[in-house]
Amino acid sequence: MPIVVNGQSFETDEEGYLTNRNDWNEDLAKEMAKVDNCALSDSHWEVINFLREYYDEYQIAPAVRVLTKAIGKKLGPDKGNSKYLYELFPYGPAKQACKYAGLPKPTGCV
Amino acid sequence: MANFETPALREYPVIPLIHAGVMAESKPYVAKPEHQEPLGFPGKLVDNWESVAVKKLGELVDESRALRVFLDTCVKCGSCTDKCHYYLGTSDPKNMPVARQDLLRSVYRRYYTLSGKLFPKLVGARDMTKEVLDEWYSYFHQCSQCRRCSVFCPYGIDTAEVSMAARDIMDAVGVGQKYSNEIIGKVFKIGNNLGLPEPALRNTLDGLEEDVKDATGVDVKFPLDEKGAEVLLITPSADFFAEPHIDGLIGYAKVFHQAGIRWTLSSHASEAANFSMFIGSHENMHKVAIRIREAALDLGIKRIVVGECGHAWRVAYSFWNTLIGPFNFLDPNYPVPQHICEMTYDLIQRGALTLDKSANDDKIVTYHDSCNVARATRMGTMPGGQFVIPRAVIKACVNKFHDMEPGSINESTFCCGGGGGLLTDDLMEIRVKGAQPRMQALKHVVDDHGVNYLAAICAICKTQFAKVLPYYKYPMDMIGSVHGLVSNAIQLGTKE
Repeated sequence: MPIVVNGQSFETDEEGYLTNRNDWNEDLAKEMAKVDNCALSDSHWEVINFLREYYDEYQIAPAVRVLTKAIGKKLGPDKGNSKYLYELFPYGPAKQACKYAGLPKPTGCV
Repeated sequence: MANFETPALREYPVIPLIHAGVMAESKPYVAKPEHQEPLGFPGKLVDNWESVAVKKLGELVDESRALRVFLDTCVKCGSCTDKCHYYLGTSDPKNMPVARQDLLRSVYRRYYTLSGKLFPKLVGARDMTKEVLDEWYSYFHQCSQCRRCSVFCPYGIDTAEVSMAARDIMDAVGVGQKYSNEIIGKVFKIGNNLGLPEPALRNTLDGLEEDVKDATGVDVKFPLDEKGAEVLLITPSADFFAEPHIDGLIGYAKVFHQAGIRWTLSSHASEAANFSMFIGSHENMHKVAIRIREAALDLGIKRIVVGECGHAWRVAYSFWNTLIGPFNFLDPNYPVPQHICEMTYDLIQRGALTLDKSANDDKIVTYHDSCNVARATRMGTMPGGQFVIPRAVIKACVNKFHDMEPGSINESTFCCGGGGGLLTDDLMEIRVKGAQPRMQALKHVVDDHGVNYLAAICAICKTQFAKVLPYYKYPMDMIGSVHGLVSNAIQLGTKE
């Protein structure tokens, strides 16, 4: 089920996760969010960019605790918690934010 | 939140009238060749799949006397019909355990019983057709293999075994479930369900050391691959990654710290879960579990302790000895293997932990017995220890505890609705509906006692409840780890 952005088509899996991570660009992220009725704000981008940086280093999305801590350091302690992240990504920060960041969906009992 | 209706919670449990076929469309994503092949399964439906399926079924009943007896003995007494949480939550009669068994039994009769060979219509025997296969794929992925029905069956027929066999046959013909099979492949490749590589694991554990230091001022270690440690902790990788699981991991570390036990995690065996059990594959179950033996020998450890993971404890307690044993290199003075709750309980009995219950005074706690722990294992040396010990640990850490109603706990516990390889977003409807009986029992203790914390010892249960509680208008953070409570209560400073 491909996603079309700026006239170009990109392959995704059944749940809309990008098949090839290198295809990712910002417009693609915006388009994926639009499908979920979500408009990406600067706060969303803080999370998405952190996820991408972490993935580049570790080949996996960060644990929820690692993510909340990093966001807390960057944006202040009132935002370093899962409640804030769930407000931004109501389908779950790990899964929804990974999708917009072009990363594979976390698997397992999570 | 989704395009289905969340079942209502009532004053008292009601057995629903049947609605045939309402869940017929529920099915998980099918595994792709890249998920199938690393497990030794064909990538897609094989050409002569009917005969492959029938042959595989024959092999399974030859191998397992239990399975053959389960398929032969059902007398259709009806005792199981209202015992499955998926039937109670969906009202689809194919989710009655007897009907689920019959999906496989009908094919078994056709090919492996005299009456079925001669008079198939008279004895409900069916040919192995694509229609049957599709029905299997749908309804054998609406069973969490929780074994509640087997408790009430006068013959002890275990639908979990039937459902595992059906999934094994489906894998053999090339129709696997993406969720489980992709995950098993990740264990082979990286060492855990998440696909969490060693550097990321180390980074996560270092972060936890910082967090605990900030919160308590104490240097609690989270060691990885430490040779010569006494204990190897085998825990589900969700404990490294997800909320509220990680609070449990912090709890284990604090217990080890205060007890002065040298322990370690392993990057080679960084997973307790063994999803191969869900798909009924002995070869893959062995391949996943053997990593734990290898890690134990490599690190020279003396004890193996298993963290909060329901089906992992079943695999460890019931299968490890024959699967990856013998464990003659471990210290015989401790249970082999030992559950983290057993370890904490023993330490509490010996006065080795300082616990302040008032640290959890904001919580009124109830406990959810996870199905695999409750019905497939034991803890301690007394019958029912698997019910007593986790509760004893909780009660040592909290002042306010209330059990849910008797028909929904201990050996009669209701599954969380997400076990057995169903914990995936493509099965959200069955997960939410299957949680209804547990939510119904929870409602009573919430209404009567103000319960605001549901403790569990299984990674699947924790994730499932975090997801489904909001569908029933309860907060997602109501679910927590048993060792999350221990973590709050333990006073690290006083025993330094």
